[in-house]
Order: sequence, then C-alpha cells, then structure tokens
Amino acid sequence: MQKVPFTTGYLTAHCGDDAYGTLDGYKAEGGYETARRVLKKGTPEDLIETLKASGLQGRGGASFIAGQKWSFMPGAEDDTGPRYLVCNADESEPGSFKDRLLLERAPHLLLEGILLAAFAIRAEKTFLYVRGEYGEAIRVLTRAIEEARAGKVLGPRALGSRFAHDVVLVRGAGAYICGEETGLLESLEGKKGQPRKKPPYPAENGVFGRPTTVNNVETLCHVPHIVEKGADWFRGIGTAESPGNTLFGVSGHVVRPGLYELPLGTPLDEIVFEHAGGVAGGRKLKAVIPGGLSMAVLPAGQVDVPMANEFLRERQTALGTGGIIVMDDTTCMVRVACIITHFFREESCGQCTQCREGTGWMNRIVSRIERGEGRFEDLALLKDVCAKMEGKTICAFADAAAWPVQGLLRHFPQDFQSHVTHGQCPYPGSFVLA
Amino acid sequence: MIGETLRARIDAEIARFPVKRGGLLGALHIVQEGQGCVSLAASKELAAIFDVFPVEVIELVRFYNFFHESPRGRHQVYVCTNLPCALRGANVLLKGLEQHLGVGVGETTADGRVHLGREECLGACANAPMIRVGGVYHEDLDLAGACAVLDALE
Repeated sequence: MQKVPFTTGYLTAHCGDDAYGTLDGYKAEGGYETARRVLKKGTPEDLIETLKASGLQGRGGASFIAGQKWSFMPGAEDDTGPRYLVCNADESEPGSFKDRLLLERAPHLLLEGILLAAFAIRAEKTFLYVRGEYGEAIRVLTRAIEEARAGKVLGPRALGSRFAHDVVLVRGAGAYICGEETGLLESLEGKKGQPRKKPPYPAENGVFGRPTTVNNVETLCHVPHIVEKGADWFRGIGTAESPGNTLFGVSGHVVRPGLYELPLGTPLDEIVFEHAGGVAGGRKLKAVIPGGLSMAVLPAGQVDVPMANEFLRERQTALGTGGIIVMDDTTCMVRVACIITHFFREESCGQCTQCREGTGWMNRIVSRIERGEGRFEDLALLKDVCAKMEGKTICAFADAAAWPVQGLLRHFPQDFQSHVTHGQCPYPGSFVLA
Repeated sequence: MIGETLRARIDAEIARFPVKRGGLLGALHIVQEGQGCVSLAASKELAAIFDVFPVEVIELVRFYNFFHESPRGRHQVYVCTNLPCALRGANVLLKGLEQHLGVGVGETTADGRVHLGREECLGACANAPMIRVGGVYHEDLDLAGACAVLDALE
C-alpha cells in the first residue's frame, strides 16, 4: 500500500485513516455533501464557471485549465446521445506515484469528484481507466463503486437527485501510451492505444464517437474541495498563475522519499533539502528531474526554482506530474540517459516514424557511449535526432522522449564527452544498469 | 477452448460497454487469468466472439505488455528497473534474484514455479527497490527480503 504523505493538506488530510476509504467513513468527514447539494440544486453552467474561476490546472502532466476543458463539451442544446467522462488513472510516468495514493486511500473523494465533473459536462457514465499493474487500487475501487451503488450514491437517482450516473472500472494492460488521452480512448474501445490525430478533440468526438472529457485522478479529487470552499479560497493557495496544492512525489537519493502535499510554487530546493531531508548518505546533490522522466533535468545550481510552470519554463523544463527524481554526485548521467531512452524506445506506440525510429536511434547511440564505444560526432547526432522528433508527431510522446535527452546534453555534456574520450565511465560508484 | 464459465464472464464484460468491442481488452484479461496466456487459438475464438479479424486480437496481445501468447509459470515476478528504482539498487537486486532462481530475465524456473521479468515504472518510486508478484506489490526490499518473498511462493 502506498505510504501516507509526509506533509498533508486538504487533499490528503484523511489518507492515513482506513475508515476514510469506506462510504461511511467518507460521509463521516462530510463526504458527498457537496455533490448532493450541487446535483440537487446547482447547474452545470455554475459548476463550470466555478472551476474556471478557480484556475485549477489539470494534474495529469499537461497542466491544461480544467474548467476550460469542461467548457469545450457541447451544452444542453445537444441531445443527440450520451456523452462520457473518462477518469485517467493510468498513472505510469516514471517518478510519479501520487494518483496511486488517492486511488488506494481516497476512493470516495475521487467518486465525488467524478459525480461533480459528470454533472458539469452532463455525462451519463464515467469510464475509470486504471493501469493494470495497480492491483490494490483496482480492489479498493471495485469495492468503493459497489458501496456507492448500494448506497445510492451512484445509480438512476445519484445522491437522491434527478441526475443518473454510473462508473465503469476498466483495467489497463501495461502500455504507457494509454496515459495519453486519445491513446486511452482507443484502448477503451478495445484497440491498440495509438493516439489520435487532433482535431477532432475528445469533447467533439471522444470515446465510442461521443463527446468526452478526460480528467486525471488528482484533478478530479480537487473538484469537491474547490466546489465546497470556493474559487477564491483555492486562488489563495499557490501562485497567481498556478493555484492550489499538489502532490509532489520525491524519489531517488534522498533521506525521506515519499509524497508531499504542498502549494504549487514551493521552491524545489525546499522540497528536496527541507521536506525530503536532503541527499542521502551525506553526499552532494548533482541533479534533479522536477516533473517525471519526461521533463528536462536541472543541475544542482538551478534547483532554487518555485515548482510552478511559469518559473520552471524559464529553466527549460516543466512541472509535468510533479515526480521529483533526485540524483547524488555519484550518478553517471550517461546511464541515466540509457534508462530514459530505453523506456521511450520500449513504450513508443510505433505509429509515427520520427518517434518509432528516433527513440531506437537515441537508445542505440547512448548505449554505445555508455559502453565506451562512442564517437565524438555522437553528441551532435543525438541533438539532431531530438530536433527531428520534437513537435513532428501525432502526440506529445516524441517531445517527452526528446526533452530529457536535450536536458542531459544541455547541462551534463562533460559526462558524455568523458565517456567518449576515455572509453569508460568516470563514475565508479554510480548506480548500475541491468 | 474458451469454456462456458469464461464465455459468461466475457459476455458480462461486453455488457458494460455501449459498443461490443469495448469489452475486448477485458476479455483478454479474462482469458489470460483463466488459461494462463492468450494462445493463438484463443485469439481466433475471441475474434469470432467480437466479430473482428483474428489479426486485430493478436496485435492487441502483442501491443499490451500484460498479455503473452504462451504460459509464463505459476507466479510472475517483475522487478521495476526504471530510474527511481535503479538509483536505489534495483538492478543489483535483479541480478541477485537471477542467481537465486537460476534463471535470466524473461525466463521461467524449470519446475514452472516462477517467471522473472523486469518492468518499467510501477508507481512505487518512494519504496524502491520493489517487485510485483501478480497483482501484489512488495516494497522497500533488499535482496534477502526479496528472496524470502519468492521462497514463500508455492
């Protein structure tokens, strides 16, 4: 079971309490009261306005404004058929493990968020797509959905309102690309998870050809809190552009790896050195990946940055999923590049040539440098491959494969050059590869 | 052959979706749980049930890491070796497990008891290194602890 966060806030305050995972325990904390009120007396338009006013950014990696996404859905005048909400619980960004906590420890908070979002976009059904490896989360959610149906939280008269809703739990099958929203829609339709060309966007033509909104787990878990306490309350947390708390996951060479619920804009060095206790074993910091494996690395000298996109952007990286991977001074960055490029090579869906071939090229070049067989022209070749992948494919996967390699070459060219010059790794104490 | 019990579960899965094919991924899970793999014969049967070409089922089996076309042993053990786990010794653990079991990655012990594999990030980065045994995570492991987990498997 996922460890409870070291610092908690409104999202995770009750995650250490086993009863909170049950319907009765959740209700005892005031759970479902917000959704009950809104479903009986509110309107979808007001709900969308509240979410827009709150400025909540999606927590799935792309930071798209959630209320805006909802507003793309057709309004009440469109009565051509069903529309759907999809909850993206296919968390698989390396370094990211926050949704797992919410799935395992706050299933009813998620279901309340789902009910509110579904009401806002007038969806009759939610497909909750959970990554197949999350066995415990699937067990917990299966039970929570059964409880919610039996307790008339879900069903033809959800929470005693005139709004009908049901949740269908769907188990993924081990493909990172299904976390991309249109790859996920394809997977739900029983197909390979190969992302779609856009437009049309999901709000127009989503799953099973119907208007669909895809929201991340943590995004939906924010909704009941924002609706209950108001957009102004939410705007009072975090930065002007990036409001609210988020769940940062800290892993790698730190004293206290774990989850930390903190406001967006909390400085990265504060998270690493104060909250997570600094670098383990008394070593020095070498580098930090701030937002999951897809985001560009920052060297130790650049970690004095607030964790919000408007600040990270200036350092050519981004918040991503808030997965912070810390590396000490024993770490060989060529080995890091081997792991990153191996991952993207394995997970490319194979549909676009630039990505399918480019990820393989990057992995082969980096691997030969690591083996001591690199050539001096390899660094320029790597940059060239990255440039030919970035922005040239159907989805953002190729960008996500190019960015971290560009980041490593930008900040640690000496690690690569040293391997080529000396034919061996200059870091005898570095972590080992398979 | 997909027997009556599995067929009933597949029909129930199909009923959860507005379009029949939506149940196909779930049907693959059901077949693999029931038969230990999704064989070529099973893919052809599923194709008939879902009114699609056999190749459309076979390519799903090969696209999704979860599914395999031949049995992999009673217990499937996967070591996460992505960056957060690798930084905390996952590959040292993996090599130790290879020695302990006497098999390499992607292989199954001669008695068919344990299949050893490696996987990409499993979302347990703060509890590295870790292994997944079927649907159960074992976290914060050292080699002795991981060996004890494997030895306790039937």
